[in-house]
Amino acid sequence: MKKAKKFLYSQKAAPIVFCLPFMLSLLIFWLYPLITGIVMSFQDVTFNGWEFIGIKNYRKLLIDKTFRTAVLNSVEYMLLTLVLMIPIPLLLAVLMESRLTKAKGVWKVILYIPALTSVVISGMLFRLMFSEGSGGQMNQILQFFGQESIAWLKSKATAWTALLLLCMWRWTGVNMLYFLSGLKSIDNSIYESADIDGANARQKLWYLTLPMLKPTTIYVLTISVYAGLSMFLESFMLWNGNSSTKNIGLTIVGYLYKRGIENNDMGYACAVGVVLLVIALIINFAQLFATGTLSFKRKED
Amino acid sequence: MAKSTNATGQRTMEGNHKVGTVLATGVFVVLCAFVAFPLLCGLLASFHEGRTIISNGMSLNLDFSTANLDNYIYLFSGNSDSQKYFMWYKNSLVLTIETVVLTLLICYFIAYGLTMYKSRIGNFLFFMVIATMCVPFEILMLPLYQEVQNLGIIDTNAGVILPGLCAASTIFFFRQYMTSLPKELLDAARVDGCTEYGISVKIMMPITKPAFASMAILCAMNSWNGMLWPMLVYRDTSKFTLQIGLNTLLTPYGNNYDMLIAGSMFGIIPILVVYLIFNRFLIEGMTAGAVKG
Repeated sequence: MKKAKKFLYSQKAAPIVFCLPFMLSLLIFWLYPLITGIVMSFQDVTFNGWEFIGIKNYRKLLIDKTFRTAVLNSVEYMLLTLVLMIPIPLLLAVLMESRLTKAKGVWKVILYIPALTSVVISGMLFRLMFSEGSGGQMNQILQFFGQESIAWLKSKATAWTALLLLCMWRWTGVNMLYFLSGLKSIDNSIYESADIDGANARQKLWYLTLPMLKPTTIYVLTISVYAGLSMFLESFMLWNGNSSTKNIGLTIVGYLYKRGIENNDMGYACAVGVVLLVIALIINFAQLFATGTLSFKRKED
Repeated sequence: MAKSTNATGQRTMEGNHKVGTVLATGVFVVLCAFVAFPLLCGLLASFHEGRTIISNGMSLNLDFSTANLDNYIYLFSGNSDSQKYFMWYKNSLVLTIETVVLTLLICYFIAYGLTMYKSRIGNFLFFMVIATMCVPFEILMLPLYQEVQNLGIIDTNAGVILPGLCAASTIFFFRQYMTSLPKELLDAARVDGCTEYGISVKIMMPITKPAFASMAILCAMNSWNGMLWPMLVYRDTSKFTLQIGLNTLLTPYGNNYDMLIAGSMFGIIPILVVYLIFNRFLIEGMTAGAVKG
């Protein structure tokens, strides 16, 4: 008994005791659902029980047109957010850091505020702003320029404008802050030596700032890929629960939610989840190799 | 940039600088207007009758003659709708406080165990922390939903909190912070006869306070704004959080539109207050991963 107590207080046992909650949580709330998810994707799950049906779910997915729409939407959304949400915040951060900008604190505080609002509230605001009635702000602006009102959320081009504006509204400030913290970590002396060598502002941006921001850019890229691919709530809010005209707002997770929760077809929904996992991992690894980041080793040291 | 053929270089630089400042300020003013626009529209709309807003869309109605405080009076009136709203508000507050306290304590000790001891199992576990970050939560959502049902913690706060308790990002942040602290402190405390567990509470916790502050705010914000997972776990209207509750008001069949927008605006306030007071910590917590990660 005494021995056991002594062991419990030793430096060998302590890390295990500290990490015990994590091990439990890892097994119960990560590994177990991950494995059941993969197993369920090979099953037909109903109220009465389940049975193995092999790769039938996946075969069904291959010819499922709605699923194809969902995948294309998610990938398209992800790519568009990458195009919009990396260069613009990066340039804004550079501008913010430059001597040209005054009152930096004020801008930073204001630009971050949208990130504080929940998806429910921001989604509702955007939905009402882009409403098809003649009273919506966007239609009022159109009327001001002598245009007809349009049903914003019912055709893809205009609906996605609203969707992307919502994304930009919420996250531009956050991404800018990421780049700002990256800029702060750059040693000022390299700019001084560049000044001595007679480099102009554009050269300094292109040959010094951008390469030095690479780690930050990779970080922002990674989280944007994940956030873009698993986007759901934004479209859930804009189209009041997953039911957009012609599925223009349906995403992979939206489809997963629809099949799993609304139609109670868990097996099929899990197959959707596995496809999402595979896509996410492929993109992640492709990007890690393309950017030359060593996958996990570097984070560990 | 304004190009000038002026021979006196110094003055050109100064001129450029001034033009640049004006341009930069302009850019940020436009950006802030973009940021403020939807919120101001929402705020204005909260002073008008809800029914018209839902049918016509939020208008740029600057007509102050029809503006009134009716929605807010209704919100605080104490009738059944108002009671429902504040029940959701209270649920959200309770859930947020529980989540923050439990997540921070657990994640602190895990990070302490991972950082302060050199062990093979620690390295492996840290690798697993990173691995969990590589799997989007949405994939685990359905099996986890079933599991929570089987465990009998569906429709409870435990069901919402437990699966996210050992948040990888929080552990990661604490670890980043702790690796920069001197380990000699531990040895000194050991010589003085402090136990391993005593050290983690009495010596390290006080020095880690700034990390606690950053993570508390970030965690509180995520919990207050959380939607997807709580929406699956809670079934009983009386247990809904504010976000889920507001979402239920946004149906074509509802008749609570008066409360919806005023309630939404009032729902932003707690997080906004916390942010305006502690924004330095929040920004530190947010951006920690971007530099070192």
